[in-house]
Amino acid sequence: MRVVVNGEDRTLPEGATVADVVRSLDLGSEPRGVAVAVDREVVVRGAWATTVLREGAHVEVLGAIGGGR
Amino acid sequence: MSAGRAAGVEHAAGVEHAAGVGSPAGVEHAAGVGSPAGVEQAAPVARPVANRLVIAGREFESRLILGSGGFANHGLLRAACAAARVELCTVALRRIGVGGPRGGARSGAGAAGRSILDVLAEAGVDVLPNTAGCFTARDAVRTAELAREAFDTDWIKLEVIGDDRTLLPDAVELVGAAERLVADGFQVLPYTTDDPTLARRLEDLGCVAVMPLGSPIGSGMGICNPYNISLIVEHASVPVVLDAGVGTASDAALAMELGCDAVLCASAISRAHDPAAMAAAIRAGVEGGRLARRAGRIPRRRHAEASTPMTGLPSL
Repeated sequence: MRVVVNGEDRTLPEGATVADVVRSLDLGSEPRGVAVAVDREVVVRGAWATTVLREGAHVEVLGAIGGGR
Repeated sequence: MSAGRAAGVEHAAGVEHAAGVGSPAGVEHAAGVGSPAGVEQAAPVARPVANRLVIAGREFESRLILGSGGFANHGLLRAACAAARVELCTVALRRIGVGGPRGGARSGAGAAGRSILDVLAEAGVDVLPNTAGCFTARDAVRTAELAREAFDTDWIKLEVIGDDRTLLPDAVELVGAAERLVADGFQVLPYTTDDPTLARRLEDLGCVAVMPLGSPIGSGMGICNPYNISLIVEHASVPVVLDAGVGTASDAALAMELGCDAVLCASAISRAHDPAAMAAAIRAGVEGGRLARRAGRIPRRRHAEASTPMTGLPSL
């Protein structure tokens, strides 16, 4: 199954979830300050493990950076 | 329309000092409430002035808010937080681990590198997420939703810019985004132009503060239109935070002398030769400006006014 993660094409097994994608980014077991959107909709942390990605999904995994002024 | 703060409310010469901060309501004279600009020095108006900055019910000791953009490394950010003694610092959201070291310093969120959130937490500084980089209300609203999820706060520094050359706010998109976010329960702190009407509109629709620019982001040009900032301050009943344009300590002092409740600053600190030293200087500027505002400055005159009596002059 092909999906787009942060603008890059990725191939994931069928049934892969948002939690699988986050895990693949090597952010540690309980990453703080991370948010996910799939096809422009926010996926709350509690739903990462149960949100199954579909073919062609656009996933954005965002974290904190220095910013502002 | 908001109740407005009277012109000169915080700097009516002597009155506040004599009556004492936190004195009973009796010292609050009605004169001057809603009066036009230009009469600032005329009417002695006073009311108890809170020493603390209060935004949406949250109290802050510090009237300087730090922006975390532009720091070369976390060490400099940490040093600036300590020197400025800030309690609130902006952060932005960006893609993790793309086009760079995975989870490294650029994203700041990975296991490999220490997160900016760790730095701020250790410094005792709360996070104020922003929507930096958004050009449309739709993007800003979505970014705010993601920030709420990422940082577990419903506070959002709302930025919707018109173009990336000036980084000036897009008023139409800004108002649209603010309306939607307020309706969705966010505490919205909008970065706005120095347009008093726009600031009032943002307040009226439920923003918990207004954050007018002094001049374009990162320009260091200070406050280009002090008159407009004064007008915003006079009419606002939510805190006014001077946002963008500060280049050095005197700019921050001027903002406070004009009656702003706080100053947000990043580039002037993060890109200074010595960020920690500039952080301390700008903090001192904020404090000096606040003290001067409350002390009640003398009116400007076109001619001299002698401070020494002319009577009793000897004939020599």
